[in-house]
Amino acid sequence: MNARGKTIPVLTVISAVVVIWYACVVWMNAPFEYDKAERAGTEIGFSQVVSNTMNQERPVLPAAHQIAEEMYKTIVLKKITSKRSLVYHGWITLSATLLGFAIGTVLGILLAVGIVHNQAMDKSVMPWVIASQTIPILAIAPMIIVVLNAIGLSGLLPKALISTYLSFFPVVVGMVKGLRSPDRAQLDLMHTYSASTAQTFWKLRWPSSMPYLFTSLKIAIAISLVGAIVGELPTGAVAGLGARLLAGSYYGQTIQIWSALFTAAILAAVLVMIVGVAHSYVLRRMGQKPEGVVA
Amino acid sequence: MSQDVVSATGLSLTFQTDDGPVHALSGVDLSVGKGEFVSFIGPSGCGKTTFLRVIADLEKPTGGEIRVNGVDPEAARKARAYGYVFQAASLYPWRTIERNVGLPLEIMGYSADETRQRIDRTLELVNLAGFEKKYPWQLSGGMQQRASIARALAFDADLLLMDEPFGALDEIVRDHLNEQLLNLWDKTNKTICFVTHSIPEAVYLSTKIVVMSPRPGRVTDVIESSLPKQRPLEIRESEEFLKIAHRVREGLRAGHSYDE
Repeated sequence: MNARGKTIPVLTVISAVVVIWYACVVWMNAPFEYDKAERAGTEIGFSQVVSNTMNQERPVLPAAHQIAEEMYKTIVLKKITSKRSLVYHGWITLSATLLGFAIGTVLGILLAVGIVHNQAMDKSVMPWVIASQTIPILAIAPMIIVVLNAIGLSGLLPKALISTYLSFFPVVVGMVKGLRSPDRAQLDLMHTYSASTAQTFWKLRWPSSMPYLFTSLKIAIAISLVGAIVGELPTGAVAGLGARLLAGSYYGQTIQIWSALFTAAILAAVLVMIVGVAHSYVLRRMGQKPEGVVA
Repeated sequence: MSQDVVSATGLSLTFQTDDGPVHALSGVDLSVGKGEFVSFIGPSGCGKTTFLRVIADLEKPTGGEIRVNGVDPEAARKARAYGYVFQAASLYPWRTIERNVGLPLEIMGYSADETRQRIDRTLELVNLAGFEKKYPWQLSGGMQQRASIARALAFDADLLLMDEPFGALDEIVRDHLNEQLLNLWDKTNKTICFVTHSIPEAVYLSTKIVVMSPRPGRVTDVIESSLPKQRPLEIRESEEFLKIAHRVREGLRAGHSYDE
């Protein structure tokens, strides 16, 4: 579908979301307005209620424009060195995300290479990999932080390792499949050349696995961000998007919570897009047939 | 018989499957001399592809003996005795045609100069000069298969093993490639083992036709062709040609009940 064909559906969905959002804002914030009027002993008209619900200081559900305003203030207007700047907090989280993603990717690829080439690993590692993902990350995150702290590691690395814990999984699963994707004839061909295992790996298995790798990386980068935020929640971190979420919930600052949430979502979308661009660049370099061409 | 490129005596191969043993090859005696063009023909399951794969050391026989260039298939493979052309072209889609043809040379450690020369020479040989920088998807099926033949010819193996290389192509392209293959065989003096389903193809190409039949996979007839080495496409209407084709058909019928 071309860009023009997408515009109308996308706009329709967005306006529907905005309409539903504002309806919910009125519905959820109105009881507070009625309460306030009753306590003051005054009557309040419906139109007054509607306009008040849009501008509460601590709304149950903030309106879109309140979040946008808060984000503008904390992202654009605040100096990035300020403790109230979302860019500052975003960077703290982003650096842990990227480090964790990098370690997770390398770990995932190494495990996949081992699983594909070593029968003992093939039989034994995968169940552990899957089991690792059945443990709730919220339960294990504080333990990772505490254990690492006990051996003198603190700061960026423990948080990054929580990202790693989540992000290596899709990489292992995708790469095992990708490294096994060459068909029988392609492998037989290597055998007829008496190619070594290393040659077969670099000239056949590795290039074959690229589409699988990038698909996995898109998932991995998004959950790396989740991992970094989760890593900040139970540990009383003072900086990072997770810390902003936590602080917001302590003090009932719903607008602050929502701004941090939106910032995290936008950050995740941008990261996934960057991986997507790298994906199409690599496949183009590998001579992939452009879409829509009938040869 | 040291000048035989391939010699098999009492060769058998039994696959163990969940439904019991499958006798893919049973008691095959056969020799292929230097410079011969041998076709293997027979219905599915007659073991013709299996026999080729045994020569190539892609399958291990369970009985009997086989020698390739006087040594066992594994040693022959390691000595780079043969080039193998698969049913599908199996070009690597991320490599250009020249890099696909250069793949075996890369693996075997040829120098850059030598590789360049050999790529040019073999692409010339299969009439693909000018397509060096194209990716496989940019070529037709017939051209892809020619590139895969070039890849098998790029290093100096005297034996070319071809497993139904033109099976997926249409009749017109196939005729054309058959003619080119004969030319190439004439120019290079290679020994060729060629698996096919098609009687006309087998008769047109071969100096020797091996007729096989299934359950168990075995050789039922070996026909030495009396056709001359120079073969224009029209030879397929000659009486001699039809006589050989008739004998192949008879051989196939004798070894195979069509009621199954």
